[in-house]
Amino acid sequence: MRNLTRRNFVRMLGTVGAASSVLGWPLVSLAGKATGRVVIVGGGFGGASCAKYLSRLAPGLEITLVERDSKFITCPFSNAVLGGLYDIDFITHGYDALQKAHGVKVVHDSATAIDPGAKTISLAGGSTLPYDRLVVSPGIDIQWGAIDGYDQAASKVMPHAWKAGSQTLLLRKQLEDMPDGGVVIIAAPRNPFRCPPGPYERASLIAHYLKQAKPRSKILIYDAKDKFSKQPLFEQGWQALYPGMIEWISESEGGAIESVDIANMTVHPTFGDPQKADVVNLIPPQKAGAIAHAAGLNGDGAWCPVNQRTFESTVHPGIHVIGDAAVANPMPKSGFAASSQGKVCAAAIAADLSGQDMPEPSYVNTCYSLVGPDYGISVAMVYRMGESGIAAVQGAGGVSPKDADHAFRKAEARYSVGWYQSITSDIWA
Amino acid sequence: MQSSTILPLVAVSIMIAFLPASTVQAGAMDPGEMLSASCAGCHGTDGHSPGAIPDISGKSADFIRISLQDFRSGERESTVMGRQAKGYSDEEIRLIAEYFGQQK
Repeated sequence: MRNLTRRNFVRMLGTVGAASSVLGWPLVSLAGKATGRVVIVGGGFGGASCAKYLSRLAPGLEITLVERDSKFITCPFSNAVLGGLYDIDFITHGYDALQKAHGVKVVHDSATAIDPGAKTISLAGGSTLPYDRLVVSPGIDIQWGAIDGYDQAASKVMPHAWKAGSQTLLLRKQLEDMPDGGVVIIAAPRNPFRCPPGPYERASLIAHYLKQAKPRSKILIYDAKDKFSKQPLFEQGWQALYPGMIEWISESEGGAIESVDIANMTVHPTFGDPQKADVVNLIPPQKAGAIAHAAGLNGDGAWCPVNQRTFESTVHPGIHVIGDAAVANPMPKSGFAASSQGKVCAAAIAADLSGQDMPEPSYVNTCYSLVGPDYGISVAMVYRMGESGIAAVQGAGGVSPKDADHAFRKAEARYSVGWYQSITSDIWA
Repeated sequence: MQSSTILPLVAVSIMIAFLPASTVQAGAMDPGEMLSASCAGCHGTDGHSPGAIPDISGKSADFIRISLQDFRSGERESTVMGRQAKGYSDEEIRLIAEYFGQQK
């Protein structure tokens, strides 16, 4: 209602402005040209996509991207770094193009507080940025303590590696240092969490490394769920490439981890025997990134409720939340989905700040997973707004065929790398 | 007095009505661009693919439209494209094709 009123008001002003200038009054037309200050917090798949597409769409806007790090290291393809297929440079991206080619002002700082009433955001460096529209795209934070004994100190011993960077390198080093015949535990969380197929791709590419370097080793996946993304395809791939190396323990079989003992490198499931390992990759439960919680954008939950057409927060008007932090199911918490949401959000903001209607939103997700360097699988979906929010288009999307031949899996592995190069160039180049 | 105020406004309204659509729409994403923005996630910005995914930049609207229809029907084999194409109507495919047909 508020938006409609505002939009109509701007339209009216625009008509008067256009008429007035023809009549000789030096008024500037307001309708049709988006003006204002947009601040975007978080330069990952969601925030950086939103910044780039907003600048393409509405060059008149003053767009500021607030990002803590000078370079962004992606979670997509971090499993390929763990498996030794690529080094960390392959998944590291900078902000030069956004600044130089797209006119986005990039501020490397951390957002500490949002004042929705005053429409300002405070940064750790001490400055305060005013905004007309704010986009919050902070990704995930770990729910420290949700698993007994798993805190930030524990993550230096049992890395989660669910934010790419130093945690990725730490886990890779532990894999390189472990003995042949050792045990690797990957603990996967309950839904919803970032990158649903991620833990299983990780098991696959760690197996790829171990098969060459430490072939007597074993990977145990302790899972807090009874089924997982692309499960039949992963299991088929494990059988084909790494027979006997990966064992999946479902929640019903005692797969949910209740506590960890870092001194003894042991995990304790909710029932069944404790398990000792040489390397423990503990992927804990997650929640929306810190700034979203600091601003109360999460409401009563772990994630932020939004109007799924515009991604405007249902808690604080004028603030949009996109990517992993937002409640956007049935879209998964993936980099592709975050980027798609960033573009829809850009369309919503450009329309609103120019007093126009946004087009009917269209959302897409495509998630490739590598089971091996020449063995790719995928899941895809197209989404539209349904009556009660984002809905998958019936008859579209789905996973790779179960009966595909080697050439098909190999093509999907090639396209997986091609997808990564395309999406990262679409966002950071 | 009244008529002298109203007449120029009517004239202006007529002028606005004849402005090209792109001028009126500046600042808002048009439906074809909205639908096509998703394609960049695999094919790169405006179809400029730097890697193994087919580069669709500079292709004609007819090429894009016929390709998408053939992927959707299964007449042309694919890995992912057929699954994606099933998410779009004839009219949406036409809008996507028109958008890419206009890009460089």
